[in-house]
Amino acid sequence: MLQDRPEPAGSVPTDESPRAAPPLRVSVDLNRCQAYAQCCYAAPGHFVLQGREALYYDPAPSAADRLVVERARIACPVQAIHVESPGTDRR
Amino acid sequence: MTDASEHAIVVGASLAGLRGAESLRRAGFTGRITLVGSEAHAPYDRPPLSKHVLMGHVPADATTLPNLHPLDAEWRLGVAARSLNRRDRILTLADGETLAYDRLLIATGARARPWPDTAQARFAGVHTLRDRDDATALHRDLAARPGHVLVIGGGFIGCEVAAACRALDLPVTLVEPGPTPLARVLGEHLGAVVGALHAGIGVTVRSHTRVEALYNDGTGRVVRARLDNGSSIAASVVVVALGAVRNTEWLDASGLAFDEGGVDCDAAGYVLDTEGRPDRRIAAAGDVARFPHPLYGGRRVALEHWGHAVAQGEHAGRLLAEAEPGEPYAELPAFWSSQGGITIKSVGLTEGADGLVIAQGDPKAGRFLAVYGREGRCIAAVSFDCARWLPAYAERIAAGASFPPPAGASDSGALTILPPSFPAEPR
Repeated sequence: MLQDRPEPAGSVPTDESPRAAPPLRVSVDLNRCQAYAQCCYAAPGHFVLQGREALYYDPAPSAADRLVVERARIACPVQAIHVESPGTDRR
Repeated sequence: MTDASEHAIVVGASLAGLRGAESLRRAGFTGRITLVGSEAHAPYDRPPLSKHVLMGHVPADATTLPNLHPLDAEWRLGVAARSLNRRDRILTLADGETLAYDRLLIATGARARPWPDTAQARFAGVHTLRDRDDATALHRDLAARPGHVLVIGGGFIGCEVAAACRALDLPVTLVEPGPTPLARVLGEHLGAVVGALHAGIGVTVRSHTRVEALYNDGTGRVVRARLDNGSSIAASVVVVALGAVRNTEWLDASGLAFDEGGVDCDAAGYVLDTEGRPDRRIAAAGDVARFPHPLYGGRRVALEHWGHAVAQGEHAGRLLAEAEPGEPYAELPAFWSSQGGITIKSVGLTEGADGLVIAQGDPKAGRFLAVYGREGRCIAAVSFDCARWLPAYAERIAAGASFPPPAGASDSGALTILPPSFPAEPR
């Protein structure tokens, strides 16, 4: 979740989060983003609009939040959200 | 076609390098891929560093980039490239390791231009902002609530840092040698809108002003700066935001054409040697690549834009995989910046504009779109908090449509052509 104070995102494991699961990786193409705010409804706490169209997002959500973050990705009318789930092999 | 015995090396493990390596794979490259990165970190996203990381909402180490395509690759992280021998096709790394290549992607990006006085640049509290480690250090100093922050340079990084300081309720002065912040990119007309935006959130903007020297407190910690009008201002944190220098020194013995403004490429993206001949085993992408842009009369540009790093990285990957027959790279330049709660977006390149119209909205209301023209053609559009209007103008720019654009939007009257007023000298 986005922090009000400095604290590593996803550093607090929730009950359902597997301890070893690395956080998701999220980036948003803010050239594409047109502030439709569908992600903010789909995954509140991970995507927030500041002002009219400055999107502020959590780049490293907890793996436990994968479903809501995926819902936000799918909801984006301009498909600006990229999500990589944990376990994907970078190598 | 390439074959499975080939080795592709991507030099530079940031956005352009990562997307370039993925693109090689997606285009069918089956050989080995090695990514070389001077930083010890896996590829990460930079735009949040000057915004939410400084404000403490997102930790600096949280912006690792997602992979968009499976990437079966080897990594050399924390070690820079030292030299390139094209005759024998050997890349030498800073630790002495040598790697033979068949295809090479140059994506070494740029670094922050340092404060020119090296002793003053080393004072505690003096920062530049480019990398994750820079953001970590600056965030730490800002979180300690310094008495006054001085930002030197009113470009995008300088403006975003100043706005972040205000979001943290820190006193901040932005010193800019030009007439307004962002005047070099947007011109003085829109620059004045940016200046007013910053004044409105409490940034002290000092235009037409240069910082001549920094002073420390005797223990090596910065305390004040002397300005070119002879006055001094207190500063416990200084952010030097003087633009970027391309990372090209490692190409010294390569025989390629380069300088601190980038490595030269042809229209397809192959690098050029000092005689102007393309090397079809080597492409460049991202901040470091200087290429002739077909939309701008073949003018050579090196663009420091996020979307460009993605698009040109992907283009270079296809090129090196021989998946396309040297098509020119012609992506329309685009960038965004958010500062003080306002999102500024741009498409095209404003440089050389001879006219400007406010095509939508009203700068006084804080929401508007400006179109820049040159010799009767649309060359760029810039929106302040109205991104949804931008794609329509992007189409006009890509098509070289006539300037001024048609009037008649519901909320605008007749269009008046204004002078964009770019400063006479760039720095």
